[in-house]
Amino acid sequence: MTTVIFSVVLLLVMGAVFGAILAFAAKVFAVEKDPKEEAILGCLPGANCGGCGFPGCAGYAAAVASGKAGVNNCAAGGEAVAAQIAQIMGVAAGESVKMVAAVHCTGCGADKTKYNYVGVQDCLAASRVAGGGALSCDFGCLGFGTCQKVCPFDAIHVKNGVAVVDEDKCKACSKCVDACPRHIIYLEPYKTKKHVAIHCSSKAKGPVVTKVCSNGCIGCSLCAKACPKQAITVENFLAKIDYDKCVGCGICAQKCPRGLITVDGVVPEKKPVPPKPAAPAAPKAEPAPKAEEAPKPAEPAAEAPKAEEKPAETKSE
Amino acid sequence: MIAELITVALGAILINNFIFSQFLGICPFMGVSKSTDTATGMGLAVTFVMGLASAVCWPINHFILEPNKLVFMQTIVFILVIASLVQFIEMFLQKAMPALYTALGVYLPLITTNCAVLGVVLQNTQNSYGFITSVVYGVTGGLGFLLAIYLFASVREKMEYSECPKSFEGFPIALVAAGLLALCFMGFSGLKLPIG
Repeated sequence: MTTVIFSVVLLLVMGAVFGAILAFAAKVFAVEKDPKEEAILGCLPGANCGGCGFPGCAGYAAAVASGKAGVNNCAAGGEAVAAQIAQIMGVAAGESVKMVAAVHCTGCGADKTKYNYVGVQDCLAASRVAGGGALSCDFGCLGFGTCQKVCPFDAIHVKNGVAVVDEDKCKACSKCVDACPRHIIYLEPYKTKKHVAIHCSSKAKGPVVTKVCSNGCIGCSLCAKACPKQAITVENFLAKIDYDKCVGCGICAQKCPRGLITVDGVVPEKKPVPPKPAAPAAPKAEPAPKAEEAPKPAEPAAEAPKAEEKPAETKSE
Repeated sequence: MIAELITVALGAILINNFIFSQFLGICPFMGVSKSTDTATGMGLAVTFVMGLASAVCWPINHFILEPNKLVFMQTIVFILVIASLVQFIEMFLQKAMPALYTALGVYLPLITTNCAVLGVVLQNTQNSYGFITSVVYGVTGGLGFLLAIYLFASVREKMEYSECPKSFEGFPIALVAAGLLALCFMGFSGLKLPIG
């Protein structure tokens, strides 16, 4: 009996002694953690996507608290989180431009293939076989959804053979950009009222493009010439928008003969070309039918004023 | 004395390797052996804790348990001691040696009462080692663990790139590889040591 009591007492005493030592040590060796760091971690989304370039949300919080990182680097959290962090750190948030991933392929050539691919249903695997994949276009989306698999926000999906970004869900974490073996996904800033985009990556010459795709960029430079801000450059038969210069007027979309350039995700209806004042008397009949050609024949009158409104709006900005 | 220590050390590292001969501490061995970096960190943390636990548990066993005929309480007392010790070390390192803390910090709580750590102190008392021998056994046992986990992590890093049947992917093939490594270590059981 005494053994039992003694062993119980011994354990109790040891437990108490060790407990006391630990409690004492916790005070003596307490390391002051920056309270800001924990507060910042609290506002971050916690997805640990790594889009900010730091290892996870905790890494970013530590970097911000120690002043090594800006308050607006969290792409996933966007401006709301940047504002919260700015409040904690006591600085102005500055402007954080909303970035959205964009697949530079419309998928209009998705049904044109060189051969029948029956291998692993993965873009990386498909891009490694002969000819860089079965797709006739060497620059198009392969459509096996490798980007869909890596997206932590369920924001990119393959629809009709081409990856489409859900712009509301996209947090610009760059995972799909890195995953795409064809490198046709880019981050685009959404800073103008209307977002103009050229969603094609084809660096092939015009005739090649027309064979494999119904609206790929042929490098005709009409958009570059039309752009009032010189925001479009054509390189390797591919038009590119410099978003630092683009004001979102959408004039280029009017000029594109391929119907490739989109304004806010849709190809605008072509507005009727006004008859040139230089040649008024000349064949009056000619320009008119041209104008009719472009918009759908059903409601040319209704569409025309709408199309005219767009450029006017942005010019006033 | 020196010969005894060498015998104990070689025995702990090669012949009675904690992982490959005694199958203690398999949990961290399988868990943190995906890359050699983490494996090294884990191995060092285990070595550190095993050495310290041996040093702390020996006087407790020798001056408190044995005189009072409470040796049957060994296991529970040692668990208590090791758990508090690891907690204490963690706090101490965080304050005093932040560099070492960042290197070992993640792994320390993981091995609070790892069976290899408990095993080393229990074997110390079973073999009635003296204080120095106990500490040497603890440290070299940890080094044996470090050797084992580093070797295994190197194997697993290579395995990442090899094809294996779908049903064997991941842990099954890792366990098979661990078994083969253990077989290799069986070769050391033929080593003839001066004592023991």
